[in-house]
Amino acid sequence: MGNPGIPLDLGWVHSARVNKSATERRAAEIGTRRSIKKLHQLAWLLRSLRCIDLTTLAGDDTPSNVKRLCAKARNPVHIDTLRLLGIENENITVGAVCVYPNRVKDAVAALEGSNIPVASVATGFPAGQTPLETRLSEIRLAVAAGAREIDIVIPRTAALLSDWQGLYDEVKAMKEACGSAHLKTILATGELPTYQMVYQCSAVCLMAGADFIKTSTGKEPVNATLPVALVMCRAIRDYYDRTGVKVGFKPAGGIRTAKQAMAFLALMMEELGEEWTHPDLFRFGASSLLGDIERQLYHGTTGRYHAPQYIPMG
Amino acid sequence: MALRNSSLLETLVYGPAPESDSTARAWIDQHERRFGLFINNQWVHPEGREYTDTCSPADNTSLAAICEGTAEDADVAVQAARTAFTSWSKTSGHERAKFLYAIARQMQKHQRLLAVVESMDNGKPIRESRDADTPLCVRHFYYHAGWAQLMDSELPQYRPVGVISQVIPWNFPLLMLAWKIAPAIAMGNTVVLKPAPSTRLSALLFAEIVLAAGLPPGVVNILPGGNDLGFALVNHPDVDKVAFTGSTGVGRLLRQSTAGSGKKLSLELGGKSPFVVFDSCDIDSAIEGVVDAIWYNQGQVCCAGSRCLVQENIYDRFMHKLRRRMNNLRIGGPLDKCVDIGAINSKRQLDTIAGYVEEARASGAEVIQSTAPLPEGDGFWFPPTVIANVQPTSKCVVEEIFGPVLTVLTFRHPKEAIALSNNTAYGLASSVWTQDISLALDVAFQIRAGVVWVNCHNMFDAAAGFGGYKESGYGRESGKEGLKEYLEFKWKGVVRRSFTDEQKAAPWGADTPPAIELPSAGSARGQSVDKTYKMYIGGKQSRPDGQYSRTIRSPSGAMVGEVGEGNRKDIRNAVEAAHKAAPGWGKRAAYNRSQILFYIAENLDARFEEFAKRIASMTGESIESARNEVTLSIQRLFYWAAFSDKHGGSVQETPLYGATVAIHEPVGVVGIACPDRFPLLGFVSLFAPAVVRANTTVIIPSEKYPLSAVDLYQVFDTSDLPAGVVNIVTGTRDVLTKTLMSHMHVDAMWYFGSDIGSYHVQHASACNLKRTFVSYGVERDWASNEQGQGHEFLYEATQVKNIWIPAGV
Repeated sequence: MGNPGIPLDLGWVHSARVNKSATERRAAEIGTRRSIKKLHQLAWLLRSLRCIDLTTLAGDDTPSNVKRLCAKARNPVHIDTLRLLGIENENITVGAVCVYPNRVKDAVAALEGSNIPVASVATGFPAGQTPLETRLSEIRLAVAAGAREIDIVIPRTAALLSDWQGLYDEVKAMKEACGSAHLKTILATGELPTYQMVYQCSAVCLMAGADFIKTSTGKEPVNATLPVALVMCRAIRDYYDRTGVKVGFKPAGGIRTAKQAMAFLALMMEELGEEWTHPDLFRFGASSLLGDIERQLYHGTTGRYHAPQYIPMG
Repeated sequence: MALRNSSLLETLVYGPAPESDSTARAWIDQHERRFGLFINNQWVHPEGREYTDTCSPADNTSLAAICEGTAEDADVAVQAARTAFTSWSKTSGHERAKFLYAIARQMQKHQRLLAVVESMDNGKPIRESRDADTPLCVRHFYYHAGWAQLMDSELPQYRPVGVISQVIPWNFPLLMLAWKIAPAIAMGNTVVLKPAPSTRLSALLFAEIVLAAGLPPGVVNILPGGNDLGFALVNHPDVDKVAFTGSTGVGRLLRQSTAGSGKKLSLELGGKSPFVVFDSCDIDSAIEGVVDAIWYNQGQVCCAGSRCLVQENIYDRFMHKLRRRMNNLRIGGPLDKCVDIGAINSKRQLDTIAGYVEEARASGAEVIQSTAPLPEGDGFWFPPTVIANVQPTSKCVVEEIFGPVLTVLTFRHPKEAIALSNNTAYGLASSVWTQDISLALDVAFQIRAGVVWVNCHNMFDAAAGFGGYKESGYGRESGKEGLKEYLEFKWKGVVRRSFTDEQKAAPWGADTPPAIELPSAGSARGQSVDKTYKMYIGGKQSRPDGQYSRTIRSPSGAMVGEVGEGNRKDIRNAVEAAHKAAPGWGKRAAYNRSQILFYIAENLDARFEEFAKRIASMTGESIESARNEVTLSIQRLFYWAAFSDKHGGSVQETPLYGATVAIHEPVGVVGIACPDRFPLLGFVSLFAPAVVRANTTVIIPSEKYPLSAVDLYQVFDTSDLPAGVVNIVTGTRDVLTKTLMSHMHVDAMWYFGSDIGSYHVQHASACNLKRTFVSYGVERDWASNEQGQGHEFLYEATQVKNIWIPAGV
């Protein structure tokens, strides 16, 4: 498993072309061409839930709120709803818990025995404007603390200067620093000026060995959008065509509703296929999405609209 | 419950997502599943009519029985429309605008019902009828409500045409109805519309919208019926215009049956539109473009991008991606919201499509079909299909299939892409895929088609004209240009001609040599050197191929000269010369064309007296009158020189971010048969607008008085007019016209001869659907500015190409 990467192919990077208007048109259609109803909708909602990297990335994170989040990660849906769905024995959990490096230990402890991986952001998240040395050591420390997945930010400076070699080298070094941990590369697409550059950065990260490519830190003004997701998925598909290696995708930031999640999942179905809707190849980076999915599952099973006081906090 | 042990927990799939048809069925039931004709705002069920079932293509079950209108009903409906026209044409623009606005609002309020009915009856996916067809219909009525409001101030020289017969196809039943009815009634016309036999329900639902909007009786009449009814409507003597969307074959028939009648005609016909993919494109977006181009509405779209031209160096990658994408399409019931491709409209069409694909397979082509499952049952389903390993010689590449079938060819470079794009009898639409804007525009300018989409396909809007070049028809729908089809110039009276079969069958333009008379002794020379008038072909003065001459006499019988007796070979040579000149002339800056016209005026003025005398001696008019004609000719040359660089087009205000640009392109090679009267002014008034708008011409001067025109070639020679832009062939007008009419490489004919000649011109024009501009035998006062110049000539000298150019990085 994992993406071993390939040597940097600058020809691929330079020949990349993305048309904004057509890309946005296609992205806008995903939600209107595909409509998922009833039982299928419940299954899709559950799948979305299992793909969530339940996230807290705040300056005021402490062991207690991380613990609470981890408890929610283990039990993301109220048992009554699970019973109504007939899946109370299915061990439904989210995909991972995502925290800052300093909180990895807390999360690992809280998730012990659950097999839910802890993901840590690293590399001077969210700006990435610290020395490479520091960034690499941050990765190593997070892995040492028990993180099984590392969400790094790419140096946008390199991208904006079209320094593809520099970008490749840094991401490759980060991959090595990860060891056996999975590398997710955050493009911070809100800071990349064009879709074409989103594709180019995706391609470079893929060649450098990213196991996932991820849209955003959640800290940029614009986060995961469907057109950006579309461009990144197409890069993943092209990489697969070239290498036979399957790389995952993680939209993050701004995904708050079940409806949005369904559109992203439909995008994965359409562009990459069902295989890419499972947690090993698809994750949502989200904190409040889970609540809405739980509400929808409740409505789908009982026919009643839900109220927040019945949903245990995460 | 629910998901216990469900395979959905392991593998996600799409499930059914049905749109309810209960409201639509309730509406049909309200009518007791039996619909009549809509005439004068009333549902009528005349005695003794047949009722035919309209069926759902998804399961081949009957939805309702519908009355088949007859010729008798056509009479009643046309009469109703005629009566309504009297008041509707005088209703103020603002009042009409309010009615159109009400229709738009009513359609919006009942949008879902309209969409569901459309999908049930036509078979198209609800996603399309809901997200494309109906919103576009609503948009169309809003847009034209605006034009109704603005007609008085913005189109002051025009009046409504009258009663319009409209015949529409089954692929976009409601949208084509909107395209036809909205501009017609906005401009003060009244209509009788015949929906296609297999798709009538949405038109009948629209009739109820008309009632709800309170439109006066008779303004909109809807008559279901078959081909006989269609022809009854087209041939009805009290109809002023025929508007048709459908096949090129039927278009030809309509051209022939309305020939010479004086009825206006607009035809929106077939296509085999190129979809041109360059290696500099966003290839994934181009693949999605294919989905929009050929799998929209099951490919039953006249402007479908059905000829995919791919640059050879990306062919393998393109095909790999295309296969994968095609397998991902979902085919299913039209009312399933999770479906990309619905049912083919009819069994007949399904068989046609299957026939083409089988033919291609049998002739060795590579047929690739989607692996996606087809629905079970009695519906008319056809899988998305790509045919590769085909050539421009392959039947499936040449002919319009009208189904979800893409043909793929390769090209090596832009020049070849353009050549292949234009290697078709059609010219409706096209799309160009590249991120290189210079390349995109270069190709867009050179493809001969009414619409060019850059990096998109099948985009429509009420603000941008739609319609074809070549055998895709003429006239435009949508945009300001579309209004012209429903307007007539105020100065023009109603001309209605009909001919008996005998008159039609009488020989016309027969190629019999004229009675040759040799000049009487010495008369050719007189006092001076013998004067030889030649033809003017390709910038050269050439002797007639037949080497015969005809004598030109004044009304008093005095010989004034001899001109060559042109024959079909002279016409052939002239057309060739005109084509040779066309590309260069088209690329000249408009400024340069205006300079040449001004210069012609200057040089004509230098020989003012000589031209005046020639007119006087030929026509027997007074020298004052002849001088006046020369003066007017010079004025007219100035007028057209002025218009050289002031009619380039406009930017259309579509919802697209970017620019939708309407370009007024030349029609091509225009044949012109000049009127007998005004031997100089008539010639000038016709050749000048044609050439100044970058057409090249083959001109038959006044048959009786050709010398002024022939004198003019010396002026051309001294005025920098490039060779072949104006070619002059003298001789018998109708003989020469006949050859021009049957010439497949002539794009338009302007004929100012007799009424029966106008009939023959329009009848013969059907061979390649050349545009015609004819007099119907009515003399025009060329001396009047109203009649002898103006927008009528600009309209005839140009065709509108809309180029859609999205912006954004």
